[in-house]
Amino acid sequence: MANDVSSPEEQPRRREKPAIVFGLHREPFGPRPGEEEPVGRQDRAPALESAQLITDKITAFYGSKRAIEDVSIQFQAKAVSALIGPSGCGKTTLLRCLNRIHETDPSARVTGSVLLDGTNIYESDVDPIVVRRRIGMVFQQPNPFPTMTILQNVVSGLRYAGLAKSRSEQLEVAERTLKQAALWNEVKDLLDRPAIALSGGQQQRLCIARALAIDPEVLLMDEPTSALDPISTGVIEELMTALADDYTVIAVTHNMQQAARVSDYTIFMLAGQDRIGHVVEMDKTNNIFTHPKEKRTEDYISGRFG
Amino acid sequence: MATEAASLRAKHATPIAERRIRSLLGEIFAGTCAGVAAILLLTIFVYVLREGVGALNLDFVTQLPRPVGITGGGVANGILGSLIIIGIAVIIATPVGVLTGIYLALFGSGTLAESVRFMADVLSGVPSIAIGLFAYTLLVAPFHHFSGLSASFAFAILMLPLIIRTSEEAVRTVPRRTREGGFALGLSKYATTMQVVLPAARPAILTGILLGIARVTGETAPLLFTAFGSQFMELNPTNPMAELALQVFTYAISPYQDWHRQAWAGAALLILAVFVLNVAARFLLKPPSTKRI
Repeated sequence: MANDVSSPEEQPRRREKPAIVFGLHREPFGPRPGEEEPVGRQDRAPALESAQLITDKITAFYGSKRAIEDVSIQFQAKAVSALIGPSGCGKTTLLRCLNRIHETDPSARVTGSVLLDGTNIYESDVDPIVVRRRIGMVFQQPNPFPTMTILQNVVSGLRYAGLAKSRSEQLEVAERTLKQAALWNEVKDLLDRPAIALSGGQQQRLCIARALAIDPEVLLMDEPTSALDPISTGVIEELMTALADDYTVIAVTHNMQQAARVSDYTIFMLAGQDRIGHVVEMDKTNNIFTHPKEKRTEDYISGRFG
Repeated sequence: MATEAASLRAKHATPIAERRIRSLLGEIFAGTCAGVAAILLLTIFVYVLREGVGALNLDFVTQLPRPVGITGGGVANGILGSLIIIGIAVIIATPVGVLTGIYLALFGSGTLAESVRFMADVLSGVPSIAIGLFAYTLLVAPFHHFSGLSASFAFAILMLPLIIRTSEEAVRTVPRRTREGGFALGLSKYATTMQVVLPAARPAILTGILLGIARVTGETAPLLFTAFGSQFMELNPTNPMAELALQVFTYAISPYQDWHRQAWAGAALLILAVFVLNVAARFLLKPPSTKRI
């Protein structure tokens, strides 16, 4: 891709393992395939051999209306997967099915299964709270908790889980995650100020830090830059690329250039005449943008509709 | 092009002038009505204060009522009675009202929520004397004993619809994405509601409670057969108690000049209290400063 934001050499490739491993036990991942010879964002995409999150025939309803139908995708571990497609194709709905946020809407319902490391998160004995600790989420609009300070926002998930009780622990978590979210330098002296006093771009990075604080394995991002200015967008895009070293990142985006810039894999979705969304094509980002297999993908990529 | 514009102007010339006049008339009418309402309110305010301020002194708020024929004395027992009765009413009505409001805003759907909402609306229109009778039947008649508590119960019912609806509205104004932020961090529904939604809605909920207090502060009817009134400093809410509004009523219908004076003073005190409560409610509703760092 010609429009790479930065070469991998400039990106932080490794991050220290977090001091606090949240609630659930899990094995650290080995080195990502293709780590040794990174040449460009699109070439980093490893062969899909370590899928961490797999959806199997996910169908999501709002009331009796189907929003997406029979969506089966494998999401590569420790890579950025982008969900693209025109408005109303069910990208966000799919994303919301992955951490069971979809079902918090009283009218919403899901069938099918989502496997996280082989376990179906929709199994009746799985607590959605545990799922959401392992699969974090960043929303389209920054949504810091309005009555909390910056520090309280960052540690809110940990506090609820009974962790990071002392201020020194909290400061440690805040420093680590805010640095990861590229916000530390701007707020390190303002940790006890209200979070809503930050600018939109800062709020969004705070929300990313907040999501990282509970140390999830997967990070879902729903158009995380659509409400932000170009500079903040650039910062968050770099962040997404860097995060893929440690997390499985799945991002919805309206912006095809963004998908091309930041993602290793791209999933193209489309709603048919019946307005029910489904997956048209999924492949390495490079393949999707240079020689898509489907005519409809090509039409969308080249801006002929949507 | 030019002729088209000219013809457009010609076509609309009269209607626009006409609309301007109609708009002006509308503004004058609305302005007059607003003025009348404001003047009425101001008149009541000024009149009550003018009549009442003369009798309003330290004795009035610190002394007990004196027997008929002896001038002076005050309504200290009524003021304390009001505070106790209304305080207990707030303690009863707040949890029920706020939790109901949260239920309606976040979890309630279908017929149950709809009927609760409908009943709250109906309840807010029920005459207060009927609610007083209800409290009498439930808490006074079976015990053959008037009490401050029964008055608190009646007041709590009066406040309830107001607190329910303002809490519901307050919780609704917290954006869905803020709540989802809590869910996404692995907070339970309960934790999200208590730690994220409720703090954000707190100012508006407090406003609702203050308005509820203001609403019952002026109520007299339900007290007639619940608190009943007392000449003594009665601080035990299981006994009949004095209450300011009730005292004003008793004094106002009495044949004694001095009691009339005191009724005015009591009315002035009530109006001032309600005024302060409303100003406080307004102050609370002001959004917090979101000055950029």
